[in-house]
Amino acid sequence: MDPVAAKFIGAGLACLGMGGAGIGVGVIFANYLAGALRNPSAADGQFARLIFGFAVTEALGIFSLLVALLLLFVV
Amino acid sequence: MAADPIHQFELKPLLRLGHIGNTEIVFTNASLFMIGAVAVIAMLMLLATQSRSLVPGRLQSLAEMCYEFVASTVRSSAGEDGMRFFPFVFSLFMFVLILNLFGIIPYGFTVTSHIIITFALAALVILTVIIYGLVNHGLGFFRLFVPSGVPVYLLPLVTFIEVISFVSRPISLSVRLFANMLAGHIALKIFAGFVATLLAAGFWSVLSPLPLALTVALTALEVLVAVLQAYVFATLTAIYLNDAIHPGH
Repeated sequence: MDPVAAKFIGAGLACLGMGGAGIGVGVIFANYLAGALRNPSAADGQFARLIFGFAVTEALGIFSLLVALLLLFVV
Repeated sequence: MAADPIHQFELKPLLRLGHIGNTEIVFTNASLFMIGAVAVIAMLMLLATQSRSLVPGRLQSLAEMCYEFVASTVRSSAGEDGMRFFPFVFSLFMFVLILNLFGIIPYGFTVTSHIIITFALAALVILTVIIYGLVNHGLGFFRLFVPSGVPVYLLPLVTFIEVISFVSRPISLSVRLFANMLAGHIALKIFAGFVATLLAAGFWSVLSPLPLALTVALTALEVLVAVLQAYVFATLTAIYLNDAIHPGH
């Protein structure tokens, strides 16, 4: 295979990992919303934890973006 | 060249200051925007605290809101002991926030879309954590990697995972900010490009208001992302500092 083509295919494949991060972030916010609707008075106190969980989950999607960027511009 | 979505991130040398070794020292548009951000923050805080009235005016309540927001974040994440790092977290938050918001202004330059800027900020945070932790707790700082209450046979695996998670922190902290700003501004540019493409498409130019409306909506989303990413950066800084202040889970 042409190495440049393989590079682009690899970058595209690496972006599939972001789908997993999308599912994870969706689960976090869905559960936060479900909990917040059951007990709205406790919702504000958990906002920092929500953001922390979101950030940690999003980091994994960002790593796959990083792999894609490395394949495109560094390798 | 105008349709190239990467073009907006180009560094333009404004003032060449000479060389150190083989490295050229140049004052670029990024440097200009960073100085601008510091000037805006300093002016905001100085003007807002000038009157120091009991019932705050508009500017003073803006400054008080920023202060209270970051203070409550630091207090809830790092405890009362963490408040000694409040000036550090507040400076980081305001710097990242103002730079992100500068990027939303049309023809503005997004300094935080450059990985070297965000990585320098993240490295500052992580080095502060490591140095403060080692100076204050000595070797006890390494209890951070050995959580208590874990069965002995799982301990090597858990410690390994904790070390990996600690090492990936500066990467994820810097790349999160950089990737969010870069991707958002590229998306804006591409949708704005659709407007121009549709206008030149004869009959189908009647559809051109659609991507225009989407661009406006995306700009609103970008403002949200700009504030949210500054908040995430400040929160994670406070959480990482908490590890240095109270190592051992």
